[in-house]
Amino acid sequence: MITVEAPGLFSTVQDRGRPGYYAMGIPPSGALDLYAHDVANVLVGNRRDAATIECTFVGPTLTFDEFTVIAITGAAAEVYLEGMRVPMWMSQVVRANQTLEFRRLATGARSYIAVRGGIEVPSLMGSLSTYVASGLGGHHGRPLAAGDTLQVGAAVVPFSSPCGGVDVPDSDIPSYPSELEIRVVPGLCDYRLTPSALEDLYSTPYTVTTEANRTGYRLAGKPLEFKPRPAPFGAGDDPSNVVNLGYPVGSIQVPSGTELICLLRDAVTGGGYATVGTIISVDLDALAQAKSPDVVRFVPVSIDQAIAARADRESRVQRITQNVLR
Amino acid sequence: MPRLTDGSRFSFGADEFVFVELSDEMSLEQTLRVIAITDALRAASLVGVTDICPAHVSYMLRLDPTLMDPRDVIESLEEAHQCCGQSADLVIQSRLIEIPVFYNDPWTRETVMRFRDRHQSNDMNDLEYCASVNGFSDIQSFIEAHSGNPFIATFIGFMPGNAESYQLVPRKEQLQAPKYLRPRTDTPARALGHGGAFTTVYPVRGAGGFQLLGRAAVPVFDPESRLDDFGGKIVLPRAGDIFKYRPIEVEEYEAIRAEVEEGHYTYTMHETTFDLAAFQKDPPGYNAELLEVLR
Repeated sequence: MITVEAPGLFSTVQDRGRPGYYAMGIPPSGALDLYAHDVANVLVGNRRDAATIECTFVGPTLTFDEFTVIAITGAAAEVYLEGMRVPMWMSQVVRANQTLEFRRLATGARSYIAVRGGIEVPSLMGSLSTYVASGLGGHHGRPLAAGDTLQVGAAVVPFSSPCGGVDVPDSDIPSYPSELEIRVVPGLCDYRLTPSALEDLYSTPYTVTTEANRTGYRLAGKPLEFKPRPAPFGAGDDPSNVVNLGYPVGSIQVPSGTELICLLRDAVTGGGYATVGTIISVDLDALAQAKSPDVVRFVPVSIDQAIAARADRESRVQRITQNVLR
Repeated sequence: MPRLTDGSRFSFGADEFVFVELSDEMSLEQTLRVIAITDALRAASLVGVTDICPAHVSYMLRLDPTLMDPRDVIESLEEAHQCCGQSADLVIQSRLIEIPVFYNDPWTRETVMRFRDRHQSNDMNDLEYCASVNGFSDIQSFIEAHSGNPFIATFIGFMPGNAESYQLVPRKEQLQAPKYLRPRTDTPARALGHGGAFTTVYPVRGAGGFQLLGRAAVPVFDPESRLDDFGGKIVLPRAGDIFKYRPIEVEEYEAIRAEVEEGHYTYTMHETTFDLAAFQKDPPGYNAELLEVLR
């Protein structure tokens, strides 16, 4: 059992998500940075779909009531176990009644805590992930609170043995720069933008605002102009309005042309603003590690590049898994 | 944006999504075609496709690109569009569900007046504003127009339980209202909202931009799925459901709320079909027949 002494700013239980319910208005949720989540699990011998704790900016203080192994990945934080610094991206033995404490965050926005066996919460529609906006899944559908207790599950890889000091090569640890390139497959309703607005989208910097959470990131920058047109029946009068349609996870919308909203894994599944492109799935990990006032540049890529980047991430996690199990 | 042979636009939402737009304006013909096409795609059990999401005049697929290259799914879309071509002949399975609504209730009235700075009108509440922009001289006539003819759920989305619905009346009789200039930060749970040509019951308390007309006595979302009519699901509405909003007063509202809270409320609900051609031939006659079971 794990006792939450202090919850941190916004800590939720997340796994790899809840696919299959988008048409019911239920987004996939799951770890925003899937790479960091997966690697944390791999380091403690968990299955990759085991639930971790996703921490935002300020992580929690946790007391473990029995011997276990943990790993912390993602945003670089100062973490202490009974006053001793805990390295990131490395498995760590925790003894009974020891307390883990997060202090300062250096780079990135979200850290992941994997515990051997995974965090155990009731499964909802095939997933342990928390979707806070509707109060679904995870630990009572909400972020962790002081005094909560969490159970540990049994989502381990067969024949893996728990031990500390398992790490990943530096080359597999992402840096979380404050200026980042985010790859986008152009399309969706981007035919509604003027040619110069399309050019601006891929050539000017956008700044992450403080309105950035698991649902989406608002970015400020050069306004984008839509082609004038008579409002189609049912769409609404603003040129950025459309007859409400589905929003892909990762899609970028531009309400009134003034501000970009990039949807993440707790996306609203649809709405009435034109979408102008979609962030490739791999780069959702990177965007989720950005924070205000980081600067984003969008780079147009093909579907082939998006699929190749996804395969590359997968092979990295596979390689790390092989090394850990060896 | 590339097109299918029937003229529908399609595009890829990066590696996981395919987006298809049949039309850029609302039309019931296209909505029913979307429902038929997405039903056909669901029945085809395409490998790697995890989600099939119909909207008003467009739809989306989500897929696992390691199992199915998003570009390889287009052939199946083309087939589905071919076989669901004649929208006028479409008949869909549906449910007729009565939603008791306390129009002009005190909770939404109080809420909307807190947000006049984000609204088109400084002094009118949302119901008065909707009546006015639709040419009604009083709110009662607007409520009669809104509750007199049923609505069909044409887009399930935004959040779980949200079902944007389009009234079964000819286009020139559609009630229309703009969305708020800037969305409210608060909406009571179960508020009845109208925006563009669409009505919805807000599933949970939260932000929103539709004009608020009243409050439903019954839920459309329940994370614990306590009412039998949810069939073990956490949401009530499905695409193609037909909703009839029945005006109620405070006494009945409170009585229904108590039944819901105790977990034994039963929705007035009937299995039915919706036949677009028959509806279009005689909307008032069709609706009268459809609603007969509610009398």
